[in-house]
Amino acid sequence: MDKLSLLKNGIIKENPVLILLLGTCPTLAVTTSAVNGLGMGVSTMAVLIGSNIVIALLKNIIPDKVRIPSFIVVIAGFVTIVGMLLQGYAPEINESLGLFIPLIVVNCIILGRAEMFASKNKVADAAFDGIGMGLGFTFALFLMGSIRELIGSGAWMGINLTADLIDPMSVFMLAPGAFFTYGCLVALINYLTEGKAIKKKEFGCEGCATAANCQQIGKGGCA
Amino acid sequence: MQDMLIILFSAILVNNFVLVKFLGICPFLGVSKKLDSAVGMSFAVIFVMVLATAVTYPIHMGLLVPLQIGYLQTIIFILVIAALVQLVEIALKKYVPALHQSLGVYLPLITTNCAVLGVTILNIDESYTYIQSLVNSFGAGVGFLLAMVLFSGIRQRIENNNFPAAFKGIPSVLIAASIVSLAFMGFSGVIDGLFGL
Repeated sequence: MDKLSLLKNGIIKENPVLILLLGTCPTLAVTTSAVNGLGMGVSTMAVLIGSNIVIALLKNIIPDKVRIPSFIVVIAGFVTIVGMLLQGYAPEINESLGLFIPLIVVNCIILGRAEMFASKNKVADAAFDGIGMGLGFTFALFLMGSIRELIGSGAWMGINLTADLIDPMSVFMLAPGAFFTYGCLVALINYLTEGKAIKKKEFGCEGCATAANCQQIGKGGCA
Repeated sequence: MQDMLIILFSAILVNNFVLVKFLGICPFLGVSKKLDSAVGMSFAVIFVMVLATAVTYPIHMGLLVPLQIGYLQTIIFILVIAALVQLVEIALKKYVPALHQSLGVYLPLITTNCAVLGVTILNIDESYTYIQSLVNSFGAGVGFLLAMVLFSGIRQRIENNNFPAAFKGIPSVLIAASIVSLAFMGFSGVIDGLFGL
Protein backbone atom coordinates (compact mmCIF):
# COMPACT_ATOMS: atom_id res chain seq x y z
CA MET A 1 0.00 0.00 0.00
CA ASP A 2 1.39 3.43 -0.74
CA LYS A 3 2.61 5.34 2.27
CA LEU A 4 0.76 8.60 1.71
CA SER A 5 -2.63 6.93 1.58
CA LEU A 6 -1.78 5.09 4.81
CA LEU A 7 -1.14 8.42 6.48
CA LYS A 8 -4.27 10.00 5.04
CA ASN A 9 -6.31 6.97 6.07
CA GLY A 10 -5.31 7.42 9.71
CA ILE A 11 -5.70 11.17 9.84
CA ILE A 12 -8.90 11.67 7.86
CA LYS A 13 -10.71 8.68 6.42
CA GLU A 14 -10.48 6.48 9.50
CA ASN A 15 -9.69 9.03 12.17
CA PRO A 16 -9.69 6.85 15.31
CA VAL A 17 -11.52 9.34 17.51
CA LEU A 18 -13.83 11.25 15.19
CA ILE A 19 -14.78 8.51 12.71
CA LEU A 20 -14.10 5.13 14.36
CA LEU A 21 -15.08 6.43 17.82
CA LEU A 22 -12.26 4.55 19.55
CA GLY A 23 -10.18 5.56 22.53
CA THR A 24 -13.04 7.52 24.03
CA CYS A 25 -11.78 7.43 27.62
CA PRO A 26 -8.61 9.52 27.14
CA THR A 27 -10.42 11.68 24.57
CA LEU A 28 -12.92 12.76 27.19
CA ALA A 29 -10.71 12.72 30.26
CA VAL A 30 -7.50 14.55 29.45
CA THR A 31 -8.70 17.19 26.98
CA THR A 32 -9.16 19.93 29.58
CA SER A 33 -6.53 21.98 27.76
CA ALA A 34 -4.89 21.98 24.34
CA VAL A 35 -1.48 21.16 25.84
CA ASN A 36 -2.83 18.12 27.69
CA GLY A 37 -4.53 16.87 24.56
CA LEU A 38 -1.31 17.28 22.61
CA GLY A 39 0.72 15.52 25.32
CA MET A 40 -1.66 12.57 25.45
CA GLY A 41 -1.80 12.38 21.65
CA VAL A 42 1.98 12.35 21.24
CA SER A 43 2.46 9.79 24.04
CA THR A 44 -0.12 7.48 22.48
CA MET A 45 1.41 7.99 19.04
CA ALA A 46 4.85 6.99 20.35
CA VAL A 47 3.45 3.79 21.85
CA LEU A 48 1.43 3.07 18.71
CA ILE A 49 4.37 3.43 16.33
CA GLY A 50 6.66 1.38 18.57
CA SER A 51 4.19 -1.44 19.13
CA ASN A 52 3.14 -1.52 15.46
CA ILE A 53 6.78 -1.92 14.35
CA VAL A 54 7.64 -4.59 16.93
CA ILE A 55 4.45 -6.57 16.29
CA ALA A 56 4.97 -6.43 12.54
CA LEU A 57 8.51 -7.72 13.11
CA LEU A 58 7.36 -10.54 15.36
CA LYS A 59 4.23 -11.50 13.43
CA ASN A 60 5.68 -14.81 12.20
CA ILE A 61 7.14 -15.77 15.58
CA ILE A 62 4.14 -15.16 17.84
CA PRO A 63 1.86 -18.24 17.92
CA ASP A 64 -1.69 -17.41 16.90
CA LYS A 65 -3.26 -18.66 20.13
CA VAL A 66 -1.34 -16.37 22.48
CA ARG A 67 -1.19 -13.38 20.19
CA ILE A 68 -3.44 -11.06 22.22
CA PRO A 69 -1.45 -11.49 25.48
CA SER A 70 1.80 -11.12 23.50
CA PHE A 71 0.55 -7.89 21.91
CA ILE A 72 -0.45 -6.61 25.33
CA VAL A 73 3.04 -7.29 26.72
CA VAL A 74 4.68 -5.44 23.82
CA ILE A 75 2.31 -2.51 24.23
CA ALA A 76 2.75 -2.43 28.02
CA GLY A 77 6.51 -2.35 27.54
CA PHE A 78 6.31 0.72 25.33
CA VAL A 79 3.85 2.38 27.70
CA THR A 80 6.30 1.90 30.55
CA ILE A 81 9.10 3.46 28.47
CA VAL A 82 6.93 6.44 27.52
CA GLY A 83 5.84 6.85 31.14
CA MET A 84 9.46 6.96 32.29
CA LEU A 85 10.42 9.47 29.57
CA LEU A 86 7.51 11.73 30.56
CA GLN A 87 8.46 11.48 34.22
CA GLY A 88 12.00 12.52 33.37
CA TYR A 89 11.55 15.19 30.74
CA ALA A 90 7.97 16.48 30.99
CA PRO A 91 6.97 16.16 34.67
CA GLU A 92 4.11 18.69 34.37
CA ILE A 93 2.45 16.82 31.52
CA ASN A 94 2.99 13.58 33.41
CA GLU A 95 1.35 15.12 36.46
CA SER A 96 -1.75 16.33 34.62
CA LEU A 97 -2.25 13.16 32.57
CA GLY A 98 -1.72 11.03 35.68
CA LEU A 99 -3.55 7.72 35.59
CA PHE A 100 -4.18 7.92 31.88
CA ILE A 101 -0.52 7.27 31.01
CA PRO A 102 -0.52 3.65 32.28
CA LEU A 103 -4.02 3.30 30.82
CA ILE A 104 -2.62 3.76 27.29
CA VAL A 105 -2.12 -0.03 27.54
CA VAL A 106 -5.86 -0.61 27.28
CA ASN A 107 -6.48 2.05 24.66
CA CYS A 108 -8.49 0.12 22.07
CA ILE A 109 -6.83 1.99 19.18
CA ILE A 110 -3.43 0.43 19.90
CA LEU A 111 -4.55 -3.16 20.41
CA GLY A 112 -6.98 -2.71 17.54
CA ARG A 113 -4.24 -1.63 15.11
CA ALA A 114 -1.97 -4.44 16.33
CA GLU A 115 -4.67 -7.01 15.66
CA MET A 116 -6.13 -5.49 12.47
CA PHE A 117 -3.06 -4.10 10.74
CA ALA A 118 0.40 -4.64 12.21
CA SER A 119 0.06 -8.41 12.55
CA LYS A 120 -0.85 -8.73 8.87
CA ASN A 121 1.36 -6.19 7.11
CA LYS A 122 4.97 -5.29 6.38
CA VAL A 123 7.07 -3.42 8.94
CA ALA A 124 7.26 -0.18 6.95
CA ASP A 125 3.51 -0.16 6.30
CA ALA A 126 2.82 -0.84 9.97
CA ALA A 127 5.08 2.06 10.96
CA PHE A 128 3.28 4.45 8.60
CA ASP A 129 -0.09 3.19 9.82
CA GLY A 130 1.07 3.95 13.36
CA ILE A 131 2.16 7.45 12.37
CA GLY A 132 -1.12 8.14 10.53
CA MET A 133 -3.38 6.81 13.28
CA GLY A 134 -1.24 8.55 15.90
CA LEU A 135 -1.46 11.88 14.07
CA GLY A 136 -5.22 11.45 13.67
CA PHE A 137 -5.57 10.74 17.39
CA THR A 138 -3.32 13.69 18.32
CA PHE A 139 -5.21 16.02 16.01
CA ALA A 140 -8.58 15.04 17.46
CA LEU A 141 -7.39 15.42 21.05
CA PHE A 142 -5.74 18.75 20.29
CA LEU A 143 -8.98 19.97 18.70
CA MET A 144 -11.08 18.83 21.66
CA GLY A 145 -8.59 20.35 24.09
CA SER A 146 -8.52 23.66 22.20
CA ILE A 147 -12.30 23.97 22.13
CA ARG A 148 -12.71 23.08 25.79
CA GLU A 149 -9.88 25.33 26.95
CA LEU A 150 -11.11 28.27 24.89
CA ILE A 151 -14.72 28.06 26.06
CA GLY A 152 -13.94 26.81 29.56
CA SER A 153 -11.19 29.20 30.56
CA GLY A 154 -10.94 31.76 27.76
CA ALA A 155 -7.38 30.74 26.96
CA TRP A 156 -5.59 28.67 24.33
CA MET A 157 -2.27 26.94 24.94
CA GLY A 158 -2.14 28.92 28.18
CA ILE A 159 -2.45 32.28 26.37
CA ASN A 160 -5.42 34.34 27.46
CA LEU A 161 -7.36 35.19 24.30
CA THR A 162 -10.55 36.78 25.57
CA ALA A 163 -8.74 39.28 27.84
CA ASP A 164 -11.29 38.48 30.59
CA LEU A 165 -14.00 40.33 28.64
CA ILE A 166 -16.15 37.20 28.48
CA ASP A 167 -16.92 35.10 31.52
CA PRO A 168 -15.61 31.62 30.72
CA MET A 169 -18.08 28.73 31.01
CA SER A 170 -16.12 26.58 33.41
CA VAL A 171 -18.51 23.64 32.96
CA PHE A 172 -16.66 22.92 29.72
CA MET A 173 -13.58 22.03 31.76
CA LEU A 174 -15.62 19.51 33.76
CA ALA A 175 -17.06 16.12 32.88
CA PRO A 176 -20.35 17.28 31.26
CA GLY A 177 -18.47 19.64 28.95
CA ALA A 178 -16.32 16.76 27.71
CA PHE A 179 -19.32 14.68 26.67
CA PHE A 180 -21.02 17.72 25.15
CA THR A 181 -18.00 18.82 23.11
CA TYR A 182 -17.39 15.30 21.81
CA GLY A 183 -21.07 14.91 20.92
CA CYS A 184 -21.06 18.18 18.98
CA LEU A 185 -17.84 17.27 17.17
CA VAL A 186 -19.24 13.91 16.06
CA ALA A 187 -22.45 15.65 14.99
CA LEU A 188 -20.35 18.10 12.96
CA ILE A 189 -18.60 15.20 11.20
CA ASN A 190 -22.02 13.67 10.55
CA TYR A 191 -23.23 16.95 9.09
CA LEU A 192 -20.18 17.49 6.89
CA THR A 193 -20.21 13.95 5.51
CA GLU A 194 -24.02 13.72 5.46
CA GLY A 195 -23.89 10.81 7.86
CA LYS A 196 -21.86 8.60 5.58
CA ALA A 197 -18.64 8.48 7.59
CA ILE A 198 -19.85 7.22 10.92
CA LYS A 199 -23.15 5.55 10.13
CA LYS A 200 -22.01 1.96 9.80
CA LYS A 201 -19.10 2.16 12.20
CA GLU A 202 -20.96 2.89 15.40
CA PHE A 203 -18.95 0.80 17.84
CA GLY A 204 -18.80 -1.97 15.26
CA CYS A 205 -16.78 -5.11 15.81
CA GLU A 206 -14.17 -4.06 13.26
CA GLY A 207 -12.78 -1.50 15.65
CA CYS A 208 -12.97 -3.68 18.74
CA ALA A 209 -9.71 -5.23 19.90
CA THR A 210 -11.39 -8.13 21.64
CA ALA A 211 -13.54 -9.03 18.65
CA ALA A 212 -11.42 -12.14 18.00
CA ASN A 213 -12.57 -13.88 21.14
CA CYS A 214 -15.98 -12.27 21.46
CA GLN A 215 -19.04 -14.46 21.13
CA GLN A 216 -21.26 -11.56 20.18
CA ILE A 217 -19.62 -11.16 16.82
CA GLY A 218 -22.06 -13.45 15.05
CA LYS A 219 -24.96 -11.59 16.61
CA GLY A 220 -24.06 -8.28 15.04
CA GLY A 221 -21.88 -6.70 17.67
CA CYS A 222 -22.14 -5.67 21.29
CA ALA A 223 -25.61 -6.60 22.58
CA MET B 1 -16.32 1.66 59.75
CA GLN B 2 -17.12 5.24 58.86
CA ASP B 3 -14.08 5.63 56.63
CA MET B 4 -15.13 2.50 54.74
CA LEU B 5 -18.57 3.98 54.13
CA ILE B 6 -17.00 7.24 53.00
CA ILE B 7 -14.80 5.39 50.49
CA LEU B 8 -17.77 3.34 49.29
CA PHE B 9 -20.13 6.26 48.75
CA SER B 10 -17.44 8.47 47.24
CA ALA B 11 -16.66 5.76 44.72
CA ILE B 12 -20.33 5.24 43.84
CA LEU B 13 -21.61 8.82 43.70
CA VAL B 14 -19.00 11.56 43.90
CA ASN B 15 -16.15 10.01 41.95
CA ASN B 16 -18.36 7.90 39.70
CA PHE B 17 -16.00 5.96 37.50
CA VAL B 18 -17.89 6.49 34.27
CA LEU B 19 -19.42 9.92 34.56
CA VAL B 20 -16.78 11.78 36.55
CA LYS B 21 -13.52 9.89 36.00
CA PHE B 22 -14.15 8.79 32.39
CA LEU B 23 -13.09 5.19 32.90
CA GLY B 24 -14.94 2.47 31.03
CA ILE B 25 -16.59 4.75 28.49
CA CYS B 26 -16.53 2.13 25.71
CA PRO B 27 -18.88 -0.33 27.45
CA PHE B 28 -20.89 2.61 28.80
CA LEU B 29 -21.68 3.74 25.26
CA GLY B 30 -21.54 0.35 23.56
CA VAL B 31 -23.47 -1.99 25.85
CA SER B 32 -26.07 0.39 27.31
CA LYS B 33 -28.69 -0.08 24.61
CA LYS B 34 -30.63 -2.73 26.51
CA LEU B 35 -31.21 -2.88 30.24
CA ASP B 36 -30.49 -6.58 30.70
CA SER B 37 -27.17 -6.49 28.87
CA ALA B 38 -26.22 -3.32 30.76
CA VAL B 39 -26.91 -5.07 34.07
CA GLY B 40 -25.07 -8.25 33.00
CA MET B 41 -22.03 -6.29 31.93
CA SER B 42 -22.02 -4.28 35.14
CA PHE B 43 -22.14 -7.34 37.38
CA ALA B 44 -19.26 -8.84 35.44
CA VAL B 45 -17.35 -5.58 35.93
CA ILE B 46 -18.02 -5.49 39.69
CA PHE B 47 -16.88 -9.11 39.98
CA VAL B 48 -13.70 -8.64 37.96
CA MET B 49 -12.82 -5.33 39.66
CA VAL B 50 -12.96 -6.79 43.16
CA LEU B 51 -11.16 -9.95 42.09
CA ALA B 52 -8.45 -8.03 40.22
CA THR B 53 -7.84 -5.80 43.24
CA ALA B 54 -7.75 -8.79 45.57
CA VAL B 55 -4.97 -10.29 43.45
CA THR B 56 -2.97 -7.26 42.25
CA TYR B 57 -2.73 -5.51 45.62
CA PRO B 58 -0.77 -8.33 47.33
CA ILE B 59 1.38 -8.69 44.21
CA HIS B 60 2.29 -5.01 44.34
CA MET B 61 2.91 -4.88 48.09
CA GLY B 62 4.55 -8.29 48.44
CA LEU B 63 6.51 -8.54 45.23
CA LEU B 64 7.01 -5.29 43.34
CA VAL B 65 7.74 -3.07 46.35
CA PRO B 66 10.29 -5.33 48.15
CA LEU B 67 12.07 -6.08 44.87
CA GLN B 68 12.00 -2.38 43.95
CA ILE B 69 10.54 -3.05 40.52
CA GLY B 70 7.52 -0.78 40.89
CA TYR B 71 8.07 0.45 37.34
CA LEU B 72 6.87 -2.94 36.07
CA GLN B 73 3.44 -2.23 37.61
CA THR B 74 1.65 -1.61 34.30
CA ILE B 75 2.97 -4.75 32.59
CA ILE B 76 2.39 -7.04 35.58
CA PHE B 77 -1.08 -5.71 36.35
CA ILE B 78 -2.46 -5.98 32.82
CA LEU B 79 -1.06 -9.51 32.46
CA VAL B 80 -2.50 -10.60 35.79
CA ILE B 81 -5.90 -9.14 34.88
CA ALA B 82 -5.89 -10.78 31.45
CA ALA B 83 -4.94 -14.16 32.90
CA LEU B 84 -7.48 -13.77 35.68
CA VAL B 85 -10.33 -13.03 33.31
CA GLN B 86 -9.45 -16.07 31.20
CA LEU B 87 -9.27 -18.23 34.31
CA VAL B 88 -12.61 -16.98 35.61
CA GLU B 89 -14.21 -17.67 32.26
CA ILE B 90 -12.92 -21.23 32.15
CA ALA B 91 -13.94 -21.85 35.77
CA LEU B 92 -17.42 -20.43 35.23
CA LYS B 93 -17.93 -22.47 32.09
CA LYS B 94 -17.06 -25.69 33.90
CA TYR B 95 -18.61 -25.21 37.33
CA VAL B 96 -21.37 -22.59 37.06
CA PRO B 97 -22.68 -22.80 33.50
CA ALA B 98 -25.80 -20.78 34.35
CA LEU B 99 -23.70 -17.81 35.46
CA HIS B 100 -21.46 -18.27 32.44
CA GLN B 101 -24.50 -17.99 30.21
CA SER B 102 -25.40 -14.58 31.61
CA LEU B 103 -21.97 -13.07 32.35
CA GLY B 104 -19.66 -15.06 30.10
CA VAL B 105 -20.15 -13.03 26.95
CA TYR B 106 -18.98 -9.87 28.69
CA LEU B 107 -15.86 -11.31 30.30
CA PRO B 108 -13.46 -11.12 27.29
CA LEU B 109 -14.54 -7.52 26.75
CA ILE B 110 -13.52 -6.66 30.29
CA THR B 111 -9.83 -7.53 29.87
CA THR B 112 -9.21 -4.37 27.93
CA ASN B 113 -11.64 -2.26 29.95
CA CYS B 114 -9.73 0.68 31.35
CA ALA B 115 -11.95 0.82 34.43
CA VAL B 116 -10.52 -2.46 35.75
CA LEU B 117 -6.85 -1.60 35.25
CA GLY B 118 -7.67 1.93 36.41
CA VAL B 119 -9.14 0.87 39.74
CA THR B 120 -6.21 -1.42 40.58
CA ILE B 121 -3.68 1.34 39.87
CA LEU B 122 -5.76 3.97 41.70
CA ASN B 123 -5.89 1.81 44.83
CA ILE B 124 -2.10 1.75 44.92
CA ASP B 125 -1.77 5.46 44.11
CA GLU B 126 -4.21 6.44 46.88
CA SER B 127 -2.24 4.22 49.31
CA TYR B 128 -5.36 2.47 50.58
CA THR B 129 -5.09 -0.53 52.88
CA TYR B 130 -6.09 -3.94 51.53
CA ILE B 131 -9.63 -3.76 52.92
CA GLN B 132 -10.07 -0.14 51.78
CA SER B 133 -8.92 -1.14 48.29
CA LEU B 134 -11.49 -3.91 48.11
CA VAL B 135 -14.24 -1.54 49.30
CA ASN B 136 -13.16 1.09 46.79
CA SER B 137 -13.19 -1.45 43.94
CA PHE B 138 -16.62 -2.69 44.93
CA GLY B 139 -17.89 0.90 45.10
CA ALA B 140 -16.40 1.71 41.72
CA GLY B 141 -18.17 -1.31 40.24
CA VAL B 142 -21.49 -0.37 41.84
CA GLY B 143 -21.04 3.16 40.50
CA PHE B 144 -20.54 1.66 37.05
CA LEU B 145 -23.75 -0.37 37.50
CA LEU B 146 -25.65 2.75 38.59
CA ALA B 147 -24.48 4.75 35.61
CA MET B 148 -25.21 1.91 33.19
CA VAL B 149 -28.74 1.27 34.51
CA LEU B 150 -29.64 4.96 34.56
CA PHE B 151 -28.24 5.50 31.13
CA SER B 152 -29.81 2.47 29.47
CA GLY B 153 -33.19 3.74 30.69
CA ILE B 154 -32.51 7.13 29.14
CA ARG B 155 -31.27 5.60 25.90
CA GLN B 156 -34.43 3.57 25.46
CA ARG B 157 -36.42 6.78 25.82
CA ILE B 158 -34.41 8.80 23.32
CA GLU B 159 -33.89 5.99 20.82
CA ASN B 160 -36.68 7.02 18.47
CA ASN B 161 -36.81 10.71 19.21
CA ASN B 162 -36.77 13.11 16.33
CA PHE B 163 -33.29 14.64 16.47
CA PRO B 164 -31.76 16.81 13.76
CA ALA B 165 -30.21 14.42 11.25
CA ALA B 166 -26.62 15.19 12.26
CA PHE B 167 -27.32 14.41 15.91
CA LYS B 168 -28.93 11.02 15.30
CA GLY B 169 -27.14 8.07 16.84
CA ILE B 170 -23.96 8.58 18.81
CA PRO B 171 -24.00 12.41 19.11
CA SER B 172 -27.41 12.33 20.80
CA VAL B 173 -26.15 9.62 23.16
CA LEU B 174 -23.11 11.72 24.07
CA ILE B 175 -25.25 14.80 24.74
CA ALA B 176 -27.53 12.68 26.95
CA ALA B 177 -24.44 11.41 28.79
CA SER B 178 -23.40 15.02 29.29
CA ILE B 179 -26.70 15.80 31.01
CA VAL B 180 -26.52 12.68 33.22
CA SER B 181 -22.98 13.66 34.17
CA LEU B 182 -24.23 17.15 35.02
CA ALA B 183 -26.74 15.54 37.38
CA PHE B 184 -23.95 13.56 39.04
CA MET B 185 -22.05 16.79 39.74
CA GLY B 186 -24.83 17.55 42.18
CA PHE B 187 -23.49 14.76 44.41
CA SER B 188 -20.21 16.56 44.99
CA GLY B 189 -21.03 17.71 48.52
CA VAL B 190 -23.15 14.76 49.53
CA ILE B 191 -20.43 12.89 51.45
CA ASP B 192 -19.73 15.83 53.76
CA GLY B 193 -23.43 16.19 54.45
CA LEU B 194 -24.03 12.47 54.90
CA PHE B 195 -21.30 11.90 57.45
CA GLY B 196 -21.34 15.35 59.06
CA LEU B 197 -17.75 16.17 58.14
